[in-house]
Amino acid sequence: MNNWPLWEVFIRSKNGLSHKHVGSLHATDAEMAMENARDVYTRRMEGVSLWVVESKHIAASNPEESGELFEPAQDKVYRHPTFYELPNELKHI
Amino acid sequence: MKNIINLEEDFQAKIDAEIKIEPKNWMPEKYRKTLIRQISQHGHSEIIGMLPEGNWVTRAPNLRRKVALLAKVQDEAGHGLYLYSAAETLGADRDQLFRDLNSGKAKYSSIFNYPTLSWADMGAVGWLVDGAAIMNQVMLCRTSYGPYARAMVRICKEESFHQRQGYEIMLTLSKGTAEQKEMAQDALNRWWWPSLMMFGPTDAESTHSEQAMKWKIKRKTNDELRQQFIDVTIEQAEFLGLTIPDPDLKWNEERGHYDFGAIDWDEFWRVVKGGGTMNKNRVKTRAKAFEEGEWVREAANAYAEKQAKKLKQNAA
Repeated sequence: MNNWPLWEVFIRSKNGLSHKHVGSLHATDAEMAMENARDVYTRRMEGVSLWVVESKHIAASNPEESGELFEPAQDKVYRHPTFYELPNELKHI
Repeated sequence: MKNIINLEEDFQAKIDAEIKIEPKNWMPEKYRKTLIRQISQHGHSEIIGMLPEGNWVTRAPNLRRKVALLAKVQDEAGHGLYLYSAAETLGADRDQLFRDLNSGKAKYSSIFNYPTLSWADMGAVGWLVDGAAIMNQVMLCRTSYGPYARAMVRICKEESFHQRQGYEIMLTLSKGTAEQKEMAQDALNRWWWPSLMMFGPTDAESTHSEQAMKWKIKRKTNDELRQQFIDVTIEQAEFLGLTIPDPDLKWNEERGHYDFGAIDWDEFWRVVKGGGTMNKNRVKTRAKAFEEGEWVREAANAYAEKQAKKLKQNAA
């Protein structure tokens, strides 16, 4: 395959939903990536829209830094509605 | 920096807590290697698995059977691709995977080294071979490595039609003329034992099993899966009015499972090591297809380069 670049494939399963990552494939260019994605990932009506993006263009967070990145959110329960104590009889809030 | 023992303990703790391992997470080198070996062999099996069925596409008895068989073969190509992609997330190189398959270095499921002699084999292969594969693959949907588990979920969704279309072929033949029923029985006779061997050596003999279970790459042992397959398949054979070629098959009330006869492990190892009817033919056919596709790949490269150049010129 002469080291064809890797592409990531995203599918919108139906209108109203966002595209979701489904897998990857090799292709020489975007057009071929799109055709292959259609053949490989949508044989059973899995989607109404496709995105393909060359894998090298995705910047990913480093798992080793996930502590710094995501842990600060853990002690901020006041960002959730259930943190606030209101009487049960109250409606529509 | 953490030392390696801590890293391994953290890794195992994650596995024990049912947290999936994702591509960039730290993992023991042996976990990575085991997965690359298993996933690539699995991928190769999907690719080689197209050959025994491709053999019958042009001779399917009617259009309904033909479109189903074509769709099944196309699915196997897709499954191979999902698996190769999963192996690549671990650092495997796609070109190298192909080279290993085409040179005969890589292993694939030995079941495909048996020939498909009659149309009834398309029934037996779908029913038994895909049935056995599904047992294994359903378990693998919960494997500890994220990309492998996700590939398996897709594969399982698609695979169930494969088994049903196979069973339907068996059903039609077994309800047909005496000759057709005989064809179905003959196919069952030839595919039964090799299908049981698909689960691999017994637990006592299986070298990789223990570690694979600890890492939750596998969640059931070879023997457990084999027993599960036998238990569900017997009733299906009875429904067809066919006889499973094992005189020792008997319900064991105490165990709550069927007892079955001895598997010929000498045959298993002989076929694994290259002594099956079709080993040479399969690899040769695959390598030839790859070689004959070289000009297409070259043309695709040339086209992509030309398009990229055009794009640059237009931008300038």
